[in-house]
Amino acid sequence: MSLRGKAAIVGTALAGCGEAHGKGAMEITIEAVHGALADAGIALGEVDAIATCQPLDMLSGLTLAQELGLSPKFTMNNRMGGSSFLSHTLWAAMLLELRLADTVLICYGSNQRTASGKLMTALGLPTYEAPYRPLFPLSSYALAADRHMTQFGTTREQLADVAVAARAWAQKNPEAFLRDPLTREDVIASRLVSDPLRVRDCCLVTDGGGAIVMRRSEAAKDHPRPPVYLLGGGEGTTHRDISEMADLTETGAVQSGQTAMEMAGVKPADIDVVQLYDAFTINVILFLEDLGFCKKGEGGAFVANGGIAPGGHLPVNTNGGGLSCVHPGMYGIFTLIEAVRQLRGDAGDRQIDSAELALAHGNGGVLSSQVTNILGTDATL
Amino acid sequence: MTGIEKGPGPDAVFAAKLAEGTFEIQKCGGCGTHVFHPRVICPACGGADLGWVAPTGRGTVYARTVVRRKPERGGDYNVVLVDLEEGVRMMSRIDGIEHDRIVTGLKVTASVGEGAEGKPAVVFEPEGGAQ
Ligand SMILES: [Zn+2]
Repeated sequence: MSLRGKAAIVGTALAGCGEAHGKGAMEITIEAVHGALADAGIALGEVDAIATCQPLDMLSGLTLAQELGLSPKFTMNNRMGGSSFLSHTLWAAMLLELRLADTVLICYGSNQRTASGKLMTALGLPTYEAPYRPLFPLSSYALAADRHMTQFGTTREQLADVAVAARAWAQKNPEAFLRDPLTREDVIASRLVSDPLRVRDCCLVTDGGGAIVMRRSEAAKDHPRPPVYLLGGGEGTTHRDISEMADLTETGAVQSGQTAMEMAGVKPADIDVVQLYDAFTINVILFLEDLGFCKKGEGGAFVANGGIAPGGHLPVNTNGGGLSCVHPGMYGIFTLIEAVRQLRGDAGDRQIDSAELALAHGNGGVLSSQVTNILGTDATL
Repeated sequence: MTGIEKGPGPDAVFAAKLAEGTFEIQKCGGCGTHVFHPRVICPACGGADLGWVAPTGRGTVYARTVVRRKPERGGDYNVVLVDLEEGVRMMSRIDGIEHDRIVTGLKVTASVGEGAEGKPAVVFEPEGGAQ
């Protein structure tokens, strides 16, 4: 038995992206839920399973049930960081296929920008790292970038080109937070924070929320918008703390990607559009390699000189990503929502022509959790 | 030790040794694997026969970063990952060398020094002493 194509996303919405003055994290979440249910043409009372993960509310699944006035059959609150939502879709597909639930809601929201102006997290430094005061989580990614540069000759310019590509996509997206021009020189001249990473290598700090509604594929066409089918999914967890990561140049995306593509029956070359969790520029290079879009060590060359920008050889992070569009602490759900928009043909000036297959990929912790989803249109079933 | 015993767990044992100026890591009596950070069971074989041994203290820098901070806020400091000869990796800091001269492959030697808030921590300096 395979989950391939058994469940579909039938509604999505964003809410409060950028700055949502005066709103709480769960309020932004509920606004997104309201939008996604309207998009799906589904009444709130039809939701019988829910999933969320929020940085400061350890029991956010319970809060969500309460604020929606629901008594769901299943409440999923599994916490793997920003990748959680791409795991929620897999659990949703299992519940739907087993007929343990009929309508699953997955959602997220954060007010971190207007509430604090920086990353809001309940996490402290790990016991065996705290004595050395690494910036959390930035220095962990800086160590990975340093190692990749040393081992493979990846350059400062190649890292910068990831951020430049993200900004070029953001300029095509009226909802993106930062849309002014950004050059390679701008990135390299931005403030050094933790070598080799500079401010413009880092994701934004914004508010924002998103929600997704999933149903069994057999019912997916009963909704107003074209369904987007979950064709494959996989996970890979390799560590929690960066000092425990076996090889800083290879992530659990090798496992998550292989599992997801095997389930979907696709290979990297088949994918039309890619959404990767770009918490830092190095992430995109690592994930493109680990997911098989290029060989290990060749990610720098792959992204260089507009390789993943509009007009490049692979469209990556077409909304502008966490680097330029939106990053409210946990970005995973936004990879799914942009993938859905592309597969529905809703992406406006940034629409990829005849996009049928999309890959969405989430990262959690410090390269710790990797989760891949392969999504497709009706034509890919 | 031949199994999980009563008394403090490995984190507390490690911290107590460190407070006395001693840096020790674990070694599995079942499969011989060295283990850091301290654990209850061996991640290589799952056995609980983890004893304490003194490492040689010799290691190699695996990756490095420098946290950039204004001088009035304390200035820059380095954060590194060091691979010990025993095959375990740990986060640490290299003293006795300019931050920008710390590179992957640099040979370093461990000692018990000070970490954040003056608490004892394992730190390193270049092999052969400060440069
Ligand atoms: Zn063992």
